[in-house]
Amino acid sequence: MAATSQPQPGYYVNYSTRVDKVGLRPRINTAIRAIIAVIITIIVLIPVVWLGMTAFKSRPDAVASPPRVFFEPTIEGFVFLLTDRRQLSESEIAEYRERTDLSLPDQIVLERGQAIIGQSDFGRQLLNSLIIAGASTFFSVFFGLLSAYAFSRFDVPGKDDLLFFILSQRMLPAVVVSIPVFLMYREVGLHDTHFGMILLYTSFNLSFSVWLLKGFIDEIPREYEEAALVDGYTRLQAFRKIVLPQAVTGIAATTVFALIFSWNEYAFALFLTSNVARTAPPSIPTRLGTGGIEWAAVAAGSLAFLIPVVIVTFALRKHLLRGVTFGAIRKG
Amino acid sequence: MATIELRQVEKKFGEAHAVKPLDMTIKDGEFIVLLGPSGCGKTTTLRMISGLEAVTSGNIFLNGRDVTWLHPSERDIAFVFQFFALYSHMTARENIAFPLQAQGENKAEITRRVAEVSNMLKIEHILNQRPGSLSGGDQQRVALARALVRKPAAFLMDEPLGALDAEFRETMRAEIKQLHLRQHATTVYVTHDQIEAMAMGDRIVIMSNAVVQQIGTPAEVYHDPANLFVARFIGSPGMNLVKGQYANGIVNLPGGSKIDVPTLYRQRLENALKDTNGEVIVGFRPEALRANAENGSCNAKVYADDLHGGFSMLHLELADGIIVHGRMGRDVSYPIGTHFIFDIEPSMIRFFHPKTEMAIHANGSGQ
Repeated sequence: MAATSQPQPGYYVNYSTRVDKVGLRPRINTAIRAIIAVIITIIVLIPVVWLGMTAFKSRPDAVASPPRVFFEPTIEGFVFLLTDRRQLSESEIAEYRERTDLSLPDQIVLERGQAIIGQSDFGRQLLNSLIIAGASTFFSVFFGLLSAYAFSRFDVPGKDDLLFFILSQRMLPAVVVSIPVFLMYREVGLHDTHFGMILLYTSFNLSFSVWLLKGFIDEIPREYEEAALVDGYTRLQAFRKIVLPQAVTGIAATTVFALIFSWNEYAFALFLTSNVARTAPPSIPTRLGTGGIEWAAVAAGSLAFLIPVVIVTFALRKHLLRGVTFGAIRKG
Repeated sequence: MATIELRQVEKKFGEAHAVKPLDMTIKDGEFIVLLGPSGCGKTTTLRMISGLEAVTSGNIFLNGRDVTWLHPSERDIAFVFQFFALYSHMTARENIAFPLQAQGENKAEITRRVAEVSNMLKIEHILNQRPGSLSGGDQQRVALARALVRKPAAFLMDEPLGALDAEFRETMRAEIKQLHLRQHATTVYVTHDQIEAMAMGDRIVIMSNAVVQQIGTPAEVYHDPANLFVARFIGSPGMNLVKGQYANGIVNLPGGSKIDVPTLYRQRLENALKDTNGEVIVGFRPEALRANAENGSCNAKVYADDLHGGFSMLHLELADGIIVHGRMGRDVSYPIGTHFIFDIEPSMIRFFHPKTEMAIHANGSGQ
C-alpha cells in the first residue's frame, strides 16, 4: 500500500506485485540466497554421489589414488554384494577360462580368480529390513495415533505423569539397555525373530510418535469432531473421517521419522539377530570381505539400502510440506 | 420441531461452578438468546443441551424426552460453531452432505436436499469450493446449510457471527433471523453482543457468574431489568444508576436533584428500604431524560456532548464524579460547563435495592 501512494521511480507497482521482488537489491539478495543454497546442497550431496560412483567402480578404480572421477562403470560391486564366492586355484582358473557357458557375473568374479558358489544373504537381509522397519513403523504410528488422540482429547487420569513417563523412555541412550534386552530376549525366545525386532523398534519409536502426533492433533480444533458428533457420527467415525484426514501431515512426518530410525538401527540389530532376522545395516560391514576391502560391494550395499527410505520420503514429501488445516477455522 | 426443557441443570469443573442449577423452558419454535459476558456459563449451557458437555446434575428434556445422558448424535440437534468448523479437506458440497451420510440417506435424496438447502441460502455457486477459499460470510452460510440440511429438532448456535467482519455480521444477522422465521425452528443462540440479542431473540436469557440473571423478552430486559447487573449490561450506555435518598414520596439525588416517586412505587419502597435508611438506587434510561428549563426538578452541569449522528448523547454531572447520560435530539447542542435543568419521564423510572441489587417493582406488577 505504501508503495502505491509513493511510486518507485521506474517501476509501476500494483497490488499483485510484491515490492520485495522488483528492486535490484532484492533481486541480488535472492540470487545470493539461491547460490548459497546450491553450494550447501552440493556439499551435502557429494558423499552420496561418491557412494553411487563407487558402487559402479571396479576394485582398482575404487581404491585408486588420487580418486578417479571418470571411470568405466561395472556391476562388479553388485555381483560381489549378492553372491558367495570361493577362491580358485591356478589350475581351476585356467580350466574356467576355457569354459564358454559362463554368465556375465561368473566372468566378472573369474577376473578376480573366484567362482560363484551361491547367492549371498544380502537380499534376504534387505527383505528383513523392509519387513521389520515397515511393520514397526506401522505399529508405532498406529498405536501412537490412538494414544496421542486419547491424550489430546480425553481426561486421562494422571495424564501429565503418563506423558512424562512416555517421554522418559527416550532419556537413556538406547545402547545402555542393550545387554538387559539381549538377556531378556534370549530368555523369552525373541532372539533373532522378526517379531522381537518389530516389538523392540515399535517401543523405541512409540514415545516419539506419541509426542509428535499429540502436537499435531492438539492443533486440530475440537469443533471439527464436535460438529461430526452432533451431525450423527460416533466418536470413532469422527476420528476416522475427520481427525485422520486432518492429521495427515503429522502422520506423514511421524512415519518418515520412525521409518528412518528403525531402518538405520544398527546396534540392537547386531546384538539381537544372527541368521533369521538379521537386517541390512549390520550386514553391510560384513561385505568388507576377506583379503582386502571390497569397497564397491560395500558401496553397492549402501546404495541399495538408501533407496527404500528415499522413495518413502519422496512419496510423502507433499504431506510433509503442506499445511492441511489452514483457512478452514478462523481464529478470531 | 421441539421444546427444550432444562431442570436444575448444573455444571461444575472441579469445585468451580460453570453453571449453577438452572431451570429454563424453551417453547416450540422460539428463538432464545443466551447473553452474557465471557465466562458466564452461556456456552457451557449450550454445550450441555447439545450433549458435547455432560451435566453434573439435573435433567434435559427435548420434546418431553429425557436426553440428559444421550450421545450428541442421538439428540437430533444441529450445532453451529463460532469458527464454523467446516472440514477443510472437503468441498462445501461434501460438508453439507456430511450429516446426511451419517443418517445413511441414499445419493439421490442427498443431492436433492443439498440442492434445496443451498438454494435457500443462495450458495449454489460455491458448492465445489473448499472452505479455505471462501469468505467468512460464505463459510458461515455453508455451516448454516450443514445445520439446516438435516432438518433437526433444534438449532444451537454458539456465537455464529463472532468471527465475521462487522459488515457481514449485519447481513448474516438478518439472514439467520429470516431463516428462523421461515423454518420456525427452535433455536438457542449464544452471544455476548447485546445488540444481536435484542435484534434476534424472542426471549433473552441473561447470565452472569454462572447464574441466570433474568429471562425475558428484549423489551422486558431493557425496560424492566431484574437487577443492577442487567440494568448495566443491557443498553449502550447502560441504564443510569444513581444512589439517592428516599423520603415521603421524593428521592433526593446528589447535587440537589429531586425525583417525584410515582405513587405505585411508594408503598413498595417504604417496605423495601426499611433496612437501608431510605437509601435507594434510581435507574433510568438515557432516553427518559427530558430537558425542562422552566420547572425541571433535576439539575446538572454539562460534562460532554457527543453527536452520534442521529442523536446526541449528553453527559451530565449531577454532583462531583456522578455522571448520567441523556439522549437528546441532534439539533440542539449544550455548551460544556453550562447548567442543564431536566425532568425524568415518570413511567421510565426504576428503583433498585442497594444491598440486594434487585429491582423494586411497582404495586400491581405482581412481583
